[in-house]
Amino acid sequence: MTTTIAVPPATGTSSAAPRRRLRASGRRALTAWLFLAPSLIILVAFTLYPMIQAVYLSFTDYNLIRAAEFVGLSNYVELFQSAPFWNAFTNTVVYALVVTPVTVILALLFAIMLNQAFHGRAFARTAIFLPFIVSLGIIAIAWAFLLDPNIGLLSYWLGFVGIVPEQGWLSDPRYAMGAVMLVGVWKNVGFYMVIYLAGLQSIPVDMYEAARLDGAGPWQRFRSITLPLLSNQTLLVMVLALIATLQAFDQIYVMTRGGPFFRTETLVMLIYREGFQELRFGYASAISFVLLIFVFILSMIQFGYLRRKQVTY
Amino acid sequence: MAVTALPTVEDDRAAAARRPARGRAARLQRSTSWLLAIVSTIIGLLMLLPIIWMVFTAFKPEADIVSYPPTLWPRELTLDHFIDVWNRIPFARLYINTIIFAGGVTVISLLFDSMAAYALARLPFKGRGVVFVGILLLLMLPFQVTLIPLYDMLNGMGLTNTLPGLIIPRMTNAFGIFFLTQFFLSLPKDLEEAARVDGASEWRIYSGIIMPLAKPALLTLGLFHFQYNWNDLLWPLVMSSEVQTSTLPAGLALFMGQHVVEYGLLMAGSLLALLPVIVFFLLIQKSFVAGIATTGLK
Repeated sequence: MTTTIAVPPATGTSSAAPRRRLRASGRRALTAWLFLAPSLIILVAFTLYPMIQAVYLSFTDYNLIRAAEFVGLSNYVELFQSAPFWNAFTNTVVYALVVTPVTVILALLFAIMLNQAFHGRAFARTAIFLPFIVSLGIIAIAWAFLLDPNIGLLSYWLGFVGIVPEQGWLSDPRYAMGAVMLVGVWKNVGFYMVIYLAGLQSIPVDMYEAARLDGAGPWQRFRSITLPLLSNQTLLVMVLALIATLQAFDQIYVMTRGGPFFRTETLVMLIYREGFQELRFGYASAISFVLLIFVFILSMIQFGYLRRKQVTY
Repeated sequence: MAVTALPTVEDDRAAAARRPARGRAARLQRSTSWLLAIVSTIIGLLMLLPIIWMVFTAFKPEADIVSYPPTLWPRELTLDHFIDVWNRIPFARLYINTIIFAGGVTVISLLFDSMAAYALARLPFKGRGVVFVGILLLLMLPFQVTLIPLYDMLNGMGLTNTLPGLIIPRMTNAFGIFFLTQFFLSLPKDLEEAARVDGASEWRIYSGIIMPLAKPALLTLGLFHFQYNWNDLLWPLVMSSEVQTSTLPAGLALFMGQHVVEYGLLMAGSLLALLPVIVFFLLIQKSFVAGIATTGLK
């Protein structure tokens, strides 16, 4: 892009014009760095530097009380041999692999339903989206209460359909994970629904008309028009859902604290426990890198999506 | 669709043959739309169940809360829990902390994000590409990775258990810079070029021309920032060990963990804590949802 600073006509012999332009662009660069300065300083000091620090810490036995001592790869060796790590890893993967497809499919169904014109549509859209904007940490208290074995309404209702965990939803090892998964789905389904709704609204109506004239039934129209034209949204939503599920923490912290018997302890819960309860900063940093790798790869895919978002139908 | 073709005999006959089918189709459509209305209302109410349960419980007397079988509808209404919550927990403190934290982060971050975005979108300089890619890479980092060193660093500076400690690392945001850069790039350049010719400084162009044009984007981003920080649990949980310096989500979670669970009080507190975000959202629902749908991030 050429900058259009008024350039005086080059009269005389001196090369005043280019020099002045040079000076102007130097000034412009200085201004740019001044504009960037606050953000860059904060990002470098409070994101980039801690990031590098985390790499370093993961090779030490630092624990807040004792000075850091270099221990090489031993945190990582311990990690890959430790049962709590594999437990948290498995829990996280299971949580992600259940919650992601369930949420995405529900979001698609809700979007298709709420893309039709009928009375009460606005209410349903708002109601489904609302969980996404409220604090998960706070609303999880209400969920814990709903699932209380003695005085919880949902526990009581589910009793009618024969689902009665013996020790209550949140203290029964077989049910606790299901309970926090339910809350995870509930929280984000409205967000993905909105992304799908935007996608549905961009599909031209005459495509459906044409398919109908060709005798395509509703299922066929869904299979050969809706689904393929929503593939962009599906990719985005899947990646967003995976990133979110891999970082699951809030409702688990509030509802089960990772229990019973560590059945709901996810990677972030483990980082929190090892880091801020056991104060093993070095070891917890090593765990966080496992999380980093997964999230980073997924984020690259998401960014790839955003770059080629302007796909025309 | 074919328009204004003269009706032929063939067309009339075809239309006559279709008529009963169309009547059936219309009836079918009416009943589907009723069915949809009923199903979607039930789904909507189920989605709201935790919130409805929270609201009703907050007004139930203690005896009603612990009675079996549990009922959704309160048999009696009371404001006791709303009075208790201010006395039993330093609730006012939590509230003020959360307002300062979420509000402070939002205002400061909007300023710094937009300044950085202005430089990236409008001021050509060497290294712009590198800076932009660097910001994108930071955007992809999960926050949990920097959590421990960040805590350690702020602890060393004596900033744990303080509001500045909570706010300072969040005074800018890689996503915010990215989002606003994209928006600024989409703005026309004519106005600012004219201003530049007239000798206006870059700061004047940024504050006088770009910022007013960017109001919708700033509003959307401001809501993201506010809601994200108002709701955040992990960061305030880690940074403050005392309720005095905590925020609402962390404070309520700590209270829940430390005491015999008193649901009436917790539900009243939760309701008051969620209220600002819910009201905010209902007021500007349209632009918020539009913003979220188009960015697809965060």
